[in-house]
This record gives sequence, structure tokens and C-alpha cells, in this order.
Amino acid sequence: MSLQDRLTELRDQGLADIKSADVLKKVNQVKVDLLGKKGPITEVLHGMRDLTPEERPKVGAYANEVRDKLQAAIDHRRDELEQAAVNKQLVAETLDVTLPGRQVPQGQPHVITQIITELEDLFIGMGYQIVDGDEVEEDYYNFERLNLPKDHPARDMQDTFYITKDVLLRTQTSADQPRSLENHDFSKGPLKVLSPGRVYRRDTDDATHSHQFHQIEGLVVDKHITMADLKGTLTLVANELFGDQFEVRLRPSYFPFTEPSVEADVTCFNCNGKGCAICKQTGWIEVLGAGMVHPHVLEMSGIDPEVYGGFAFGLGPDRFAMLKYGVDDIRNFYLNDVRFLSQFYKKG
Amino acid sequence: MRISYAWLRDYLKLDLPADELAEKIERTAVEVDGVIRPSEGLKKVVVGHVLECVPHPNSDHLHICQVDVGEADPIQIVCGAPNVAAGQMVIVALPNSWIGGHTKIKRSKMRGEVSNGMLCALDELGFDEKLVPKEVADGIFILPADATPGEPVFSYLGMDDEIIDMSVTPNRGDMLSMNGTAHELAAIYDQTPTMPKVDLTEDAADLADDDLNITVQADEQAVPQYKMRLIKHVTIKPSPLWLQIRIWNAGMRPINNVVDATNYILMQYGQPLHAFDFDQLDAGQVNVRFAKAGEQLTTLDGEERDLLATDLVICSNDKPICLAGTMGGLATEVTDQTTSIALESAIFDAVKIRKTAHNHNLHSEASMRYERGIDHGATEKALDAAAAMIAKLGNGTVTSGVVVGRDEDVKPVEVAITLTRINHVLGTDLSLDTVSDLFKRLDFPTTVTDDTFNVTVPSRRWDIHIPADLIEEVARLYGYDNLPSTLPTGQPTIGKLNETQQAIRDARKLMESAGLTQAISYSLTTDSKARAFALHASDVTTLDFPMSSERTTLRLSLIAGLLDDLAYNNARKEQDVALYEQGRVFFSQPEQVRPKEVEHLAGAITGSMVKTAWDTAATPVDFYQIKGIVAGYLKSLALVDPISYVATTAHAEMHPGRTADIYVGDQLVGFVGQIHPTTAKAYKIRETYAFELDLAALIALPKARQQYQPISKFPSITRDVAMLIDDTVTNADIVALIHDKGGAHLQDVHLFDLYNGKHVPEGKKSLAYTLTYQDQAATLVDEDVTKAFDKVLSALTEDLGAEIR
Repeated sequence: MSLQDRLTELRDQGLADIKSADVLKKVNQVKVDLLGKKGPITEVLHGMRDLTPEERPKVGAYANEVRDKLQAAIDHRRDELEQAAVNKQLVAETLDVTLPGRQVPQGQPHVITQIITELEDLFIGMGYQIVDGDEVEEDYYNFERLNLPKDHPARDMQDTFYITKDVLLRTQTSADQPRSLENHDFSKGPLKVLSPGRVYRRDTDDATHSHQFHQIEGLVVDKHITMADLKGTLTLVANELFGDQFEVRLRPSYFPFTEPSVEADVTCFNCNGKGCAICKQTGWIEVLGAGMVHPHVLEMSGIDPEVYGGFAFGLGPDRFAMLKYGVDDIRNFYLNDVRFLSQFYKKG
Repeated sequence: MRISYAWLRDYLKLDLPADELAEKIERTAVEVDGVIRPSEGLKKVVVGHVLECVPHPNSDHLHICQVDVGEADPIQIVCGAPNVAAGQMVIVALPNSWIGGHTKIKRSKMRGEVSNGMLCALDELGFDEKLVPKEVADGIFILPADATPGEPVFSYLGMDDEIIDMSVTPNRGDMLSMNGTAHELAAIYDQTPTMPKVDLTEDAADLADDDLNITVQADEQAVPQYKMRLIKHVTIKPSPLWLQIRIWNAGMRPINNVVDATNYILMQYGQPLHAFDFDQLDAGQVNVRFAKAGEQLTTLDGEERDLLATDLVICSNDKPICLAGTMGGLATEVTDQTTSIALESAIFDAVKIRKTAHNHNLHSEASMRYERGIDHGATEKALDAAAAMIAKLGNGTVTSGVVVGRDEDVKPVEVAITLTRINHVLGTDLSLDTVSDLFKRLDFPTTVTDDTFNVTVPSRRWDIHIPADLIEEVARLYGYDNLPSTLPTGQPTIGKLNETQQAIRDARKLMESAGLTQAISYSLTTDSKARAFALHASDVTTLDFPMSSERTTLRLSLIAGLLDDLAYNNARKEQDVALYEQGRVFFSQPEQVRPKEVEHLAGAITGSMVKTAWDTAATPVDFYQIKGIVAGYLKSLALVDPISYVATTAHAEMHPGRTADIYVGDQLVGFVGQIHPTTAKAYKIRETYAFELDLAALIALPKARQQYQPISKFPSITRDVAMLIDDTVTNADIVALIHDKGGAHLQDVHLFDLYNGKHVPEGKKSLAYTLTYQDQAATLVDEDVTKAFDKVLSALTEDLGAEIR
């Protein structure tokens, strides 16, 4: 048998052995057996001494070709087996990815805070400052400076918790208005403030009344602030809270500290204005009160109403939350049932 | 104020649907609560003529009636009303009709006799019992004899009317009358209203002055006007049906012709009137003054009232007979026997009436109007109209002249405003003509000079006296819908949270990411809860006149409210609760009328923060969990001064062995610990851990300036030490000592084990720390670290009695 034939035989046998090796160890054994220093290929190469000089390079080249082929087959087979082993392990490691992840305790902001924060951010974006007034206020600021002297019939609309004859729990965040007005330096630009906070009324708690609730008061005073500016601002608020697909209407109202005074209604989001239980069949939902700052209020704060004017608006986050989420009992906001609190997941 | 659409049509040509009218009123004038249609929901209720009425053979009170209901044959109806009789025109609810209260009437048998429907009383048609005239309250209602059998009954009772229920704001007292509302609608729809005419005939031979004598002792501010007329020879009887209809559709009960006439004129003019039985006056003498302490008066409702010195009273010969502007007295009430009427039309001070109504809890149609103001120009007109009406309805005669106790000169108010100002405030570009037209529609006489409107405001609009009021008139009549929608322009301002506001938001976020949910509890609580958990001793702020004993006092801590929240949840089987609150507490300040409001942050946890799951066992919350939350928050503040936790027994409501006061430097900023088991029991909560922080103080404390620390390029070396030490030695003692003796390169001391179980002698504990050494400038040499470490070991042994293991 010629050396070539012997090499061919070794190649074919070797390839068959490699193919049939089913574990890495066997592949390695084939490699040692075939390509090792004492293996048959080496042996063939030793036999080349007996060949003619013409034949030697041919056989040598062929021997290298066979060896390379076998080496490649071994590498390939080894990869195959390694891959199979990895695949087997991966299969064994398969998890039920639908099992719940490990809990990381996570709290969330109160729904009222969510609404206040949303509006704060909206108004900060329009250059407003946020003002935190005191919750215990003087009658003078809460009422008198807002054009509500003692015995004014409009005081009936706000039954009040008094601490002394002259000190009370503020009934409205509007109580911040006079303080903001008197503290502001108009030489530094217009006054633009938003005052969110807790307010108190002497009410018996039930589904629609709470002795404690929240208000957000907005106030802008400058040399040229118009009712059209108020309308635009209120529309923005309504759109932010309820979406911009709804219409906003203003209608006359009365607040002693604004003139003209308006209330803003937004199309009922529940029935789209057709009339339903939420809007009491009117198609409209009352969302806030507003108006142009009354000249007396400006005068009492030492501001010339001939030069300066502005608007103010007030709204109730509790009421908004009730409308927006269909909360049917205002007490839910202050009982802090975790099953209630955890339902409102939004930005804080 | 209920406005009858039918009545409105006496004034104006209006044919639009009531809902549209209501919407227009709402958009232009005052809020509308709704449109009431009295016949809504009623069906097949018709006029019937009782042809025959015989007693029911099997009953002592029922009658069997044959009733013509406009069909070929009369129908038989069994009726139990005591007043039913043959010949009457009655209200018949036919078989399968719907009457008030969503009730369906069916054909039935009553004690063996067929009844094809029902004869109805007014309340059965849905009339409020308070509106049904007393004389017809106990039986069926008898319709006028000219009613046509078979016709729907509604037009005979005014039930086909539509009533607009307006919620009049305090400034628009003028709209608490038909006249005022008609003026308003005339302006809205640009019409000229037909106002009621007074057709008064006086008996020239009989002078009122001869019989009636008035003295007003109260000052002119309290009683600016007081006038009376005297009507004689009056027959008291029920009012005609048309008047009763107007009265009940206005939401009042028909009483008799005199009272109804005063109420009718009240509704028409908005002027409260009072009719006295003249013969009950003492010699025709009337005087008006403030009441004296100790005086009493029995009012129309039968209540004997102790009068107050702030009450204005009408007296006869100085004996109180009427609470002015609020309610009449029983003694001078108009009764069936009355023949002469002393009719009062007056103006009383709003504040005085408001006080009287409030103090006596007497809120009437009259007091409500006085509180909101009255047209000073219409007092006498209303008086004349009422006198004429009483004379006509009661066949009486009006004596000659008005007896004037007090009068005033009523002048219209002049207000000037420029067009520029109007457009400046509204953001509009209205023309001179447009605005002139609006004033014309309001029927405000106006002259225009250049840019200026000089507007004469009639006395019927007493709410208008400054230019801003006129701007409102222009705006609402022009229509808010027509205003442009813009945003404020002018010098730009920077909007941003201040440091405190930002810090409060950061605190909230951190609490939430630590697993606590925000609660908002009540600031008002009981006296004892308000005082509980106070960080500093302070008196409390208490309401003068609380609504309930549960809400009397402003809180000194947030924890107490959170514990209430926990209790609420625990009672509802929610055992795992982790809440925080950020809000104000109220420390009273000596010599200050108002308390100091301080922003606090508090948290309370109970149960487990992580529930048992397929891969996790629930770990009950403990001291170290809440301390970890507090420490994490305090770390985020980057305070300059060191934070220390000092064991304390000072808080009565906290566990004495598991509570720490928290100091930053020397300043007490809060505490953390377990709620005392006794307190927990009182609140009905389970084992609970809580903290309270003075957030305002923390925000004010100096913060470390953020500065980059280069990361050492050289490796660190660690050494572990385990020791047995007395229980009384604290971790803080050990860590402080290690730091003290640790040498220049000690970077960190980390407690990695604490054991005091088996194999640890009584009174001892086993602790293990990792000490990390590192040099910023060079590689540490092992021997140097060993040397430093040995120093620590010997210090622990010598100073703290540790047994190194």
C-alpha cells in the first residue's frame, strides 16, 4: 500500500472516529491517537525517507492536508460538543419567568399631593413662585383684607374654626393674597404666585364635606393683566387636569375679593356634555372660582389699583380628585386606608 | 329664588325653551340650580266632575262617586276624602295614571266596590306639604267650577309652568325679585320690560295719619326708611287660585289674601312687607327701637323669644310686637277676625338683621333679602302696590296717605369709566358703540364724553358703585365666551421651588423610595392625641368652639395621626402598613396669638414591609428597619455636623428601651423607636415603629459642600476583629474607640456580626468588625497596618474590657 493510500485510509478512519466521538474526552483521545507524536500520521511521515526525492514533497503536502483536515474536524466536533453541553446546561437552568420578581418596598405620593405637584409644576413653568401660607391665620388677613368685613353675608359661605376672636384656621388659601401683595417688590417685576395648602371649615364630616381639605390659590398682579389672561390661564389648568378635548366656560359669580368674579366650568368628562349623574345633568362641571383682583384688596395692600391690576383663582384638589377618579367620599383622602392610597400611581 | 316662567312672560316676550333661558341666566347673571317642571312624571291626571256621591255601604268614611271625566260615561271612583261632594270639580288620577312620588294608579276594588282611579289632594300630585294651603291639607283639592272635565289638570294648578331655580349670589340681591330678574333678562335679550303698574285708590276722607302714629327711635343707619299704610274694612279669606299658584310656585305656602298679597309683592319687588292687625296695636301707636335686655316677644311661630340689645324691634306703645325684618309677633298677627291692616314697608340695616336672624336662628324670605340689601328706591312703590292689592282682594279701602316714620333721599349713583380702562382690564377691543349699547340694555342712563362713560346707576342695582363693577356688567353682558384667551405677558419671571420647598419634595421622594406611602391625616385631633409624641414641650392650640370632641386641638406631632391611620388599617385586616406624613405641627408661642407652624416629617411602620412570597419570608419590621430609613434620609441631607442616636426614656409614648433621640451635632432633631406597647394598645395597633423629625430644623442645618474625593490608586487592606464584650457597651462606644485609636489610615469600620445566643456568657455579647485601611499616597505596608490594628486591639481590651477572639 502506498503512503498516499495509507494516509487516505487514516483520514477516512480518523474522520469516522471523530464523527462518532460523543463526548469531549473521546474527541481528545482521537486527537492523541491520530495526531500524537507516536500516532500513525507521524509514522507515515517517518516512512517518507524511503521515497524518491520527486515523491517526497507530494506525499509531504498530502500528509499535511490530511492532518489539517483531521485537526479541523476535531475542532469542529469539539465546538459542537461544547455547544451541546452549554445548551444542555441552559435548558437545565430555565426559569419560570412569569414568577413574580423579588419585592422592593415602594411607597407613593398621596393623590392630593399628585394633583398639587402637577399644578405646581405647570405654574412654575410659567414663572410662578410657590408660596406656603400659614394655616393659623388672623381674621384680618383671612377675611377683612379680602374685602370681607365682619358681618359680611358672604362669610356665611365659610363657616369658620376660630381660636380666638381674631385668630382662626384659614378657610381659604386666598388668605395668602394680602401677605403676598404687601411683601412683593413690584420694581422687581410682576407678582405671580401659587399657594397650595390645607384649609379648614366648620363642617361636619360626611361624604361630601370635610372639615379639612386643600385649596390652590393663584395670584398675578402687574401693570397690564387682563381678564383674557385669566381665561387663558384657567383653560390651561382645566386642560392640564382633564385633558384638552374639553370646553371651558366662564360664568358670573361672586367673591368679595374679585370684581368681576367668575366660576369656570369644564365639559363633563364623564358624559362629554350630554348630562349625567356626575354633572347633575348639566353637562358641565364646576372646577374653579376666579376673578380680577378687587381694587379694594389692592388698595388695602398699598397698591394703586389705577396702575396695577391682576387676577386670582382658586381651586380644590380634593374636588378635582373626586371628579377625576370618581371618588365618592371625601373622607377617603384623610383616613389613609392603604387600599385606597395605593390606587393612584402617578407622578409626585 | 324660584322664578316662574309664566310670571316672567308678564314682563317680557320670551318663547325660548326654559332650559335655554336657564343656561343664559347662568352664563350671564347667576347660577341656576335647575329647572323645575311640577307636572314632570305625571300622566293621565285630569279634571273630573263629581256627578253623584253616595256613602260606601261597607264603610263608615268612604264614598262612591260617579265622576264625569270627559268620556261618554262617567266612571266610578271610591274616595276616602272627608270633603268630597257631588257637584265638585276634582283632580282625577285615571286608571294607569302616574301621580307624585312615581306612583302608578290602577283600577282596584275597595271593600267590594270598583274604583276606576283616585281623586287627589295636592300633595298626591307631588306638592311639598309645606306649600299646600292649610285649609285644603286634609282633603281633595277642589278645582274652579269652570274647569272642563277630561282636560289635563296641570294648567289649572300652575303645574304646566316651568320654574327656574336660581342660586343668587350675595351681591345680586336685586335678582331676588321678579322685577329685578325681569330687568336683568331685558338687558340680556335687549328688550324693554313691561313693569307692573300700581293702581291705588285712596279714601280721601280717611287720613291714615289720624289713626296711625310712628316714631323711629333707632338711628338712621339701622332704620333708613320706615313707612306704613292703613287699609280698612278688609275681609280675610283665601286668595284666588291664580295668586295661590304664584305663591306656591314661588315656594311659599298660601295663607290668606292679606299675607299672600304681602308675599306676592315681596316676590315682585323684593321688598319685605309686614301686615299688622291694626286693632291689636295700642291706640295706633308704633315705635321702632333696639330691644332692651330682658324683653320678650312671642313670634308668629309660637316661640317666646328673649330679645337681645342688638335686635331691632317694632313696638306698639313701646311694647315689642315684631322682630324687625325677621318675623312678626303672634299678638298682632292677621287672623280671620282682622278687619284693618297696618302695612309696613321699611328698610333695616343688613348687619343688624343678619345678627338677629343668626342669633334667633330665624332665616326668612324677609331676613334673607335685608341681609343682601334692598332697593332703597322701591319701598313706597311696593307699599302702594301691596295696599292696592290687599284692598282689592279683601274688598277694603286704603286710607289716604303714607305714614312716614323715617325717609331718606335716595340718589342714583354716578360712576365714570373710560373705554380704555374697560378694554385694558378685559383684554378686549370693544368700541364705544358696543359698550354704550350694553349700558343702554341695562337701562343705565349714560352720557359719553370723549372716551369716558358717565353712568347713572339706578337704585335697583345697589351692588354697583365703582368702575370695576361696571367692567363686570360689560364683561358678562358682552359674554365671557367672547373674551379672547391669552396668557399674561410683561416682564418674565423665574418660577422655581425655593430651597425649603425643594427639600420637602426631596424628603417625600426619599420616603417613597424607602417603601413608605404618603398619608395626609387630620391636623385637628383630641387634646391628648395633640400632645402625644411632641418633640418639644409646648402648650397646644385649641379651637374656641369645636364641632366635635374628636377635633378640638391642633397637633404637636405627626405620629399620633399616623397611628390613627394604622389603627384604621389594622381594623380592616390590613396588617402590613408603612406610612409617612409630611406636614405642619403647631407649637404655641408665649405672648404670640398664633402658634409656630413647623414642617415635620414622620413615619410609622407595622407588620412587614415585604410580604411572604414564594421566594421570601416576611420579615417583621423592627427598630433597625425604621432606623435604616431615617439614617438613609439623613445621609441624603449631607449634614456637616455628625448625626448621633442617643438612647432615651424621655418619650412617655415610646418604648423606654427601644427609642433614640436623634441629634445633629448638639441639636435635637427628632426621635426614632418603638411605640410603647401600652400606647399601641390604646391606639388599637400592633407592634409599631415610628420616627418624628423636625424637617424645618434639618433643612436649616448647614450642609456639606459637595467635593470630589480622589479614589486612591493604592490597594486597601482589611483586618477583622471579633470580641466578647459587656452588653452595656454600645456599638457607638466601640466604633468611637476604634476610630480614635485606628491611626491615620483607618478608612472604615463595619459591623458584620452581632451574636448573643448560645455559648455567649450571660451579660456579654459577641461583635465582629471589619476595619479597612488605605493610604491615599502609597501602598500600605502590612507591618504598619498590623501595628495600627494591634493598638486598636489593646485599646478595646484595656478601655472597654473586650475579650478579643
